[in-house]
Amino acid sequence: MLVIVLYLLIALAFPLYVMLSKSFETYAFRFDTVELQVDRGEGWGETLNAMALGEGLGIVDPGALVTTSDGRFPATSFFPDFSFRAKTLYRIRNTKEGSGGFLVKGRPATGTDWFELTSGEFRRVQIRPSQATGTGNYLSYFSTPALFTSIYNSLMIAMISTIVTVTLAFLYAYALTRSCMRFKGAFKMIAMVPILVPSLLAGIGLIYLFGKQSLVLKVAEWAFGEETVAPWWDMLANGAYGPSEIYGPTGIVIASVFFTFPHALIIIITALSIADARLYEAAIALRAPKPRIFRTVTIPGARYGLISAAFVVFNLVITDFGVPKVIGGQFNVLAVDIYKQVIGQQNFQMGAVVSVVLLIPALIAFTVDRIVQKKQVALLSARAVPYEPKPSRRFDRTMFAYCCFVAFFILGVLAVCQYAALIKFWPYNLSLSLGNYNFDVMDGGGWDSYANSIQMAFYTAIVGTFMVFTGAYMVEKGKGFNSGRTGFQFLAMMPMAIPGMVLGLAYIFFFNHPNNPLNFVYGTMGILVICTVTHFYTVSHLTAVTALKQMDPEFEAVSQSLKQPFTKIFARVTVPVCLPAILDISIYLFVNAMTTVSAVVFLYSPDTTLASVAVLNMDDAGDIAPAAAMGMMIFYTNAGVRLLHAGLTRGLHRRTQAWRTR
Amino acid sequence: MRQGLFGQVFKGAVMAAAGLAFVAGGALAKTELTVYTAVEAEDLKRYAEAFNEDYPDIEIKWVRDSTGIVTAKLLAEKNNPQADVVWGLAATSLLLMKGEGMLEPYAPEGLDKLDPKFRDKDNPPSWTGMDAWVASVCVNTVEANKNNLPTPTSWKDLTKPVYKGHVAMPNPNSSGTGFLDVSSWLQIFGEKGGWEFMDALHENISHYTHSGSKPCKQAAAGEVPIGVSFAFRGAKSKAAGAPLEIIVPKEGIGWDMEATAIIAGTGKLEAAKKLVDWSITEKANKLYNEGYAVVAIPGIAKPVKYFPEGITEAMIDNDFEFAANNRKAILAEWQKRYDGKSEPKN
Repeated sequence: MLVIVLYLLIALAFPLYVMLSKSFETYAFRFDTVELQVDRGEGWGETLNAMALGEGLGIVDPGALVTTSDGRFPATSFFPDFSFRAKTLYRIRNTKEGSGGFLVKGRPATGTDWFELTSGEFRRVQIRPSQATGTGNYLSYFSTPALFTSIYNSLMIAMISTIVTVTLAFLYAYALTRSCMRFKGAFKMIAMVPILVPSLLAGIGLIYLFGKQSLVLKVAEWAFGEETVAPWWDMLANGAYGPSEIYGPTGIVIASVFFTFPHALIIIITALSIADARLYEAAIALRAPKPRIFRTVTIPGARYGLISAAFVVFNLVITDFGVPKVIGGQFNVLAVDIYKQVIGQQNFQMGAVVSVVLLIPALIAFTVDRIVQKKQVALLSARAVPYEPKPSRRFDRTMFAYCCFVAFFILGVLAVCQYAALIKFWPYNLSLSLGNYNFDVMDGGGWDSYANSIQMAFYTAIVGTFMVFTGAYMVEKGKGFNSGRTGFQFLAMMPMAIPGMVLGLAYIFFFNHPNNPLNFVYGTMGILVICTVTHFYTVSHLTAVTALKQMDPEFEAVSQSLKQPFTKIFARVTVPVCLPAILDISIYLFVNAMTTVSAVVFLYSPDTTLASVAVLNMDDAGDIAPAAAMGMMIFYTNAGVRLLHAGLTRGLHRRTQAWRTR
Repeated sequence: MRQGLFGQVFKGAVMAAAGLAFVAGGALAKTELTVYTAVEAEDLKRYAEAFNEDYPDIEIKWVRDSTGIVTAKLLAEKNNPQADVVWGLAATSLLLMKGEGMLEPYAPEGLDKLDPKFRDKDNPPSWTGMDAWVASVCVNTVEANKNNLPTPTSWKDLTKPVYKGHVAMPNPNSSGTGFLDVSSWLQIFGEKGGWEFMDALHENISHYTHSGSKPCKQAAAGEVPIGVSFAFRGAKSKAAGAPLEIIVPKEGIGWDMEATAIIAGTGKLEAAKKLVDWSITEKANKLYNEGYAVVAIPGIAKPVKYFPEGITEAMIDNDFEFAANNRKAILAEWQKRYDGKSEPKN
């Protein structure tokens, strides 16, 4: 137990704390600690304090000294009459040891000795900022419109995506649970497909479908002739939703709906399938019209599911990094801002600030969801009679058509990615070729990364399942030490609220710190596994707890009275009974480890590149077709593992779950 | 701890074996240098092999990533450097590190043979250059014809209304190539003229990308007719069969160089010096020339296939210190002017 608590502390609590403190680490010019002297050929003049001098000249505002670690202030600006050809000599020194100092000949000087410089040398002197603690980063964040508009953008995208996804998923779930249409199993399976691919693949698919070289356009031209299509396309192109508009909010929303659809669907199906048939019978007996039944019985019955789905989708979209990175164009969102600050500008402090900002909506969504879920338990009644849908031709057909449309879109996006991956040079050379699979010569790719990903996913599944299940067992079946168990429960729920980008950045700060004894983990496969297990801890934990709740506590009591150690009952009874749940957890971890981008994008090293990151980097470098090819490799791997899992579960069910049947 | 006879014997044997291994290892000891780089992965093997022909006793352990990530990594490790040498990183990044006092000044043998542009101006220099990495404009001829776009010949051409929505360029806040373009325009057109030029260019930009090679690859794939990128990328895409023309704007082009430096405080200074000595030899320069048309030693570069003509002459007299010192201010100004405008159109 202690080990697992320690694990969550090291892998979650400490890094987040370090990140939070990093966001308060500021850089500001300390002109008051710099002194200057000038010799205009008449000996050295009086000692001038840079702060007083700057204020006098109106070039320094004591209220706006905050900058970043690479901020520079030219010392010549203190002398408006400065000319590098003049024979004037300059002296400069720090009054305090250990402040930011200044650059002389491009190298930092932080000592308190005078430097005597010719005007040619003085021209290059730059004052550096000192490190301090304070809220300066937050102030500069909220006074930079380019940065804080991202908050609005992120919230807007997340809200629109949530409304669209939940509506679409509700209809789909309604079709699956309340109609008598055919092929329900197949529809359910197809709807789950987006879980198996990295979210950015949806963005890539959309670029091929609706980008400038749109596949849709090409097909239309081929079918109706170029002349017929051109005016229509031009009309679209000049309107609000022209082809270039796919790079931006429209594209982000469509791709976000694609990848969050299955998550919402699972929750809503569960909510809709617990309906009580007696309520419907009563409503029909009271001669309520159908729309009214829908409004007063169906929706209220599923409302907790709907709310929960909404918050899950909201959280997924606002924390997602892959989709806006690939298809967002110039539309700034928080998750991409973190990446831009850290990788583009090496501004770690501002990256930490954006992380904290992103954490807030994610935490709120998470908390509301938890409260709602707790309420739902009370809704279930023991005397409920499960609802059975009755066939209705028109309704069933409509629902069937709708599901076909959604399934067609999902499979269509993947089919387009696969097709694009096999084309030699879209759109100029349409012959088929395997050239895009030659990942080793692409910028940011490599077959190694595919092997690494499988290895990483495998370790994550094994280590993670062990950690999660043991942890859940302690929480659920442990006795005494109640406050500790509550604390653990809280820690175990937290990762769900932490965006992957934030976790990844926190890991850099924590594990790359030279004084951290765990420093050696940095840059290895180990840190990727730790990070991924932590990132996906919550859902796995909940699955394990649910499975363990099904087991009667009597088992423990009996084994104790028989004086058996708890390890024995754990290995002989608990684990076999919960085997289906354990397999579910491991498959969940495996699939997510294959597709995750956000958490690991800061942490991989040249020896541990990952397939999902390779998709990102190849797309970033403009190798879109190879990126699609690698994305499809991830899909096939996950689909294969899923099938294997289905087979394994069926076999195991027969052997270990025989006790469930009579 | 209790140890049986077996344990004692076993322990002795292990220690003896370890001792033997130590002696054997010492005799053949190779110095292992940790070298951070942003050079393309396919080139690294050739560089190390050629170096080991002359110095077989120094083994290079590469740590490779894109320029931004390597820079971020080096700065993050400032107080606990992991690298011994940086071989093949943008000079602007190295200047940033020089300003942090992270580089060991060293005048390598043969320094005077280098083009003075290709070395740190201080003595002894903190870094020496390898090859230049030059901005260019990629034009997709097929898409340009389709949209009736004339071929641009200058930067100013790109601000003409006919190109509206047809140009992509890298965002300087996330791409080194993007910053190189912006800092070169500020040097070519002056502070005021540079921003005026960018204001006009912004009107024509279809989108800003995160990476420097993407605009050219997108031009190659027809996603956008014109991409502001770098020549090396354009030549590669052209070689792959893309209908591209690589344009060198006549006002001059920005460039950055890949450079080499020793990290201050390395425990392997002697080996590091040998590597830096070798990195500016003629042999090394010829190696760089396989991918880059412009290298540090003048007169030895052979033309690279598909590279545009007259590229060396078009390179501006780039003031790297200006770029490094004003980087923060330039990026903030750019963000204020163009990044805030990227809200959705209603």
